Formats: sequence, C-alpha cells, structure tokens
Amino acid sequence: MFSAFFTILRRDLLLAMRRRSDVFTTLFFFVIVVSLFPLGIGPELETLRLIAPGVFWVAALLASMLALEKLFLVDYQDGALEQMLLAPQPLSLLVLGKVAAHWLITGLPLVLLSPLLGLQYDLPGETIGVLLLTLLLGTPALSLIGAIGAALTLGLRGGGVLVSLLVLPLYIPVLIFGAGAVEAEASGLGGIGHLTLLGAIGLAALVAAPLATSAALRVSAE
Amino acid sequence: MSSRILNWFKFSSPASFYPLAGTIGRVSTLIAVALLAVGLYMSFFVAPTDYKQGEGYRIIFIHVPAAWMSMFIYVVMAFWAAMGLVFRTRLSFMMARALAPTGALMTFIALWTGAFWGKPMWGTWWVWDARLTSELILFFLYVGYIALQGAIPDVRRGDRAGAILLLVGVVNIPIIYFSVKWWNTLHQGASVSIREGSSMSAIMLETMLIMTFAFWAYAIAVAMARVRLIILERERETRWVAELPEVKL
Amino acid sequence: MDAVKEFFHMGGYALYVWGSFGVTAALMVAEPLVLARQRKAMIRRLRRLIRLESEQSS
Repeated sequence: MFSAFFTILRRDLLLAMRRRSDVFTTLFFFVIVVSLFPLGIGPELETLRLIAPGVFWVAALLASMLALEKLFLVDYQDGALEQMLLAPQPLSLLVLGKVAAHWLITGLPLVLLSPLLGLQYDLPGETIGVLLLTLLLGTPALSLIGAIGAALTLGLRGGGVLVSLLVLPLYIPVLIFGAGAVEAEASGLGGIGHLTLLGAIGLAALVAAPLATSAALRVSAE
Repeated sequence: MSSRILNWFKFSSPASFYPLAGTIGRVSTLIAVALLAVGLYMSFFVAPTDYKQGEGYRIIFIHVPAAWMSMFIYVVMAFWAAMGLVFRTRLSFMMARALAPTGALMTFIALWTGAFWGKPMWGTWWVWDARLTSELILFFLYVGYIALQGAIPDVRRGDRAGAILLLVGVVNIPIIYFSVKWWNTLHQGASVSIREGSSMSAIMLETMLIMTFAFWAYAIAVAMARVRLIILERERETRWVAELPEVKL
Repeated sequence: MDAVKEFFHMGGYALYVWGSFGVTAALMVAEPLVLARQRKAMIRRLRRLIRLESEQSS
C-alpha cells in the first residue's frame, strides 16, 4: 500500500523539479517577507531579536499558504485527480503523498533557510536552533491543514484568497505554540511545553487532516 | 416502531417543513419579544448597581448572552452539517446556511460589546483577553464559512463543502481556545478576566439567563425565517411553491 | 424629569452602555427587516416565474 504513497510523492517531486520556478517563488517570498520587517520596524537589534519568532512564523504561515492553491489544481484540470479518486488505494494515503511533496517543496526549504535569516535578526545560536526545531515540527502541520482548504476551494474563482480565509484561523494554534516555544526558550522559561503541544497538533493533523481533505476532494471533484 | 421513524423523516422534506418553520418562527418571535422586554427591564431597573463597576457592568447582560449564542450557534451549525452528511438530507444543510449570518452577527455583537465594556473597565478598546481573542477567531470561522458558501455556485457542492469546513472548524474550536488561553496567561498573566471580577448576585444571574433565552428565541425566529427563504429559493420551480397562498396569483 | 436624565446618564457610562445596547438593538432590528424585504422580493420573483411559465405554455 505504501508504494502508492511513494509513487505519488516521487511523481509530485518530479513535477515540481520540472517547474523549478514555483519552488523558488515560495522560498523567495519567505525571504522577502522576513527581510521586510526590519525595514518597517527599524534596525535596532534589540527589537528585532524580540519580534524574530513571530515574524518568522507568520512568514512561514503565509509562504506555505501561497503554494496551497496549486496543490490539487493542476491534477484537477488535467484529470489526474479523477484517477486518484478512482484508485483502489485509500484516497487519504494519496493525499498524504501530495502533502508530503508539498511540504518537501515549500516547508523544508524554509526550515533550512531560517538559520541564515536568523543572522539578519542577530539571533543567538541556540535560539536559531529552537526556531529551526519549531519550524521543522510545525510546517508539516501547516501543509496538512492547508490541504483541507485547498481541497475545499478547488477550482473556484478567487480560490487563493479564499484558502487563506478558511485556513488561517486553523493555523493559529500552530502559530501560537511555534512562536511561543522560541520566545519561551529565549526568555529562559523553557519551551518544552510548547514543543510537545506543537508536536501533538502535528500528529493530530497527520491523522485527521488527510481524512478531511479526501472528503473535501470527493465533494469538490465530483 | 417504523411508523414513528417514518413520520420523523416526514419533516426532512422541505415541502412539509416549510409550514412548520413558519409556526416555529412566529412562536419564537413572540417569546423573543416578551423575554427581551422583561430582560431589558430587569437589566436596567431590577439589577442593582455593581459596587465596583457602577452602571457600566450592565453591558454584561447583552455581552455574555451574545458570546454564548455565537458559540452555541456554531456548534448547532456543525450538528446540522453532520446530519446533512450522514443522512444526506438537503434540509439539514439549509439549516446550517440559515444560521450562519445570525451566528456571525452574534459574534460581532459579542466583540462590539466586549470592546465597549473593556474601554471603561481597562482603559483600552481592545483587550487581548483569551475569551475575546477566541471570539475574534470564531468570527473569522463564520466569515470563512459564509465566504466559502458564497464562492461555490453549485448548491450541492456548496452545501457539502461548507459542512466539511464546519466539522473541521468545530473540532478546532477547543484547540484554538486552549492555545489562546495558554498564550494569554503566558504573556499577560490571568489578571484580566471579564466575569470573575464582579461576583454575580442572584438577580444579575437571573437577568442574564432571561436575556440568554431571549437571544436564543431571537436566533430561532430569524433562522426559521431565513430557512424558509432558502427553501423558496431552492424549490422555486416546484408545484407546491406555485400553489403557496402567498405566491398564488 | 431629572430621573430620566439621570437614567440616560448611566452613572457616567452613558457612551459605553448606550453604545453597546444601541448597536445591539439596531442589529437585532435590522436583521429581521432585511429578511422581510428579501422575502417580499422572493415572492415577487416567484410570481414572475409563474407568469412567465403560464405565458409560455399558453
């Protein structure tokens, strides 16, 4: 059964590599958004250090949402989605494959890039480490929850904006625990409580989100 | 046994539910008006002045009922969404659609009165209190549902997509509330809280309960009126709509 | 007369109390009115539909 998961995963990664520009647009969006804040708020390192966790997390939220609209759209338009709906394997497994590909394309690069951007905000070493860990733990949950929104708004006019309206409220717990963990670590309170909850939300999303996404796909693609 | 189930389902057909919704609507309108009159009178003349917050606390008599209603209506919408998906009854989806604007209205009222109460009590129009913040997020959930319904031209898909969004939303509400409460206590300490401040005397509680039932009856009356509207819209080509007294030429 | 003025003064919280009660009352009156107007428009539309059908069939 897991061969289906890996075929979908490999297929999507292959497709993404062919249209490499899409991969980099999300990445550069993240970099630009993160770099805008110092221009807006001012170069004092003290304030930058304070706002860094929130800025990084909000930018990660927006970046992962940017790439959501196309998650199912291309397959929907060329009929591949119909084949997936008819496939014998459970649809949520195929959805998991697509979401994993989406995370590898948009989520992981952000995580790998954040230390570099952390220097912009003069973050000390271990705060960057914690930021890295929270992003690593949290971005999969963003892709999983976002997939529900992408499936619901499949093929709608103005779907991109609509996805953000549907999905942002659901992202809030991930944002709170993600940014909160970094801040708690930095202020010495210890962010282990936040990290465990972030992980818990991630696991819950891993189990529940594909079910909701496949139900939404069946409704949208009929 | 089977006959009882059969007639229960009778009301799931729009044609037989339409007149019933009319009567429920009229009855709950009367109840709402009566309870509102009593509730308002009690809010201003019966409930004593609060020793700490003076007359300003009277806002609680609409703020708390509206907040309760905003959450209750969302859960009822999720219930109808689940019913619709399980039993495939179109009317359940219509009920969820009918409740959405009123739920959003109640959330807006809760936010507005929360701000107008926060200003005299804490000096700022907006307080990042855990409950007010969750209320704001609940408002976004309502707006998301209404926007999704508006963006899907096909009625069947709109109903089912909205239902899935409601179920996902209702599962997330406790998580959102818990995370906001955690976030709030971490950053500000639990000092600011809307109700724990003033101890509730019996009269105040009674007034608030009456106002809550008044808001409840109001929501039912408005939802019934709107669901009748949705039924007419969807069944416009049917014979029974053409035969309706108010439509028949 | 000053009892009424006193009442509306709300112990100095007039703006806040009447601000919240006023807006709530306005909204809870507006919603049923909007619904009533929509209902009239819907019935007019249904009548037009029926007239259209009868003309086409005759």
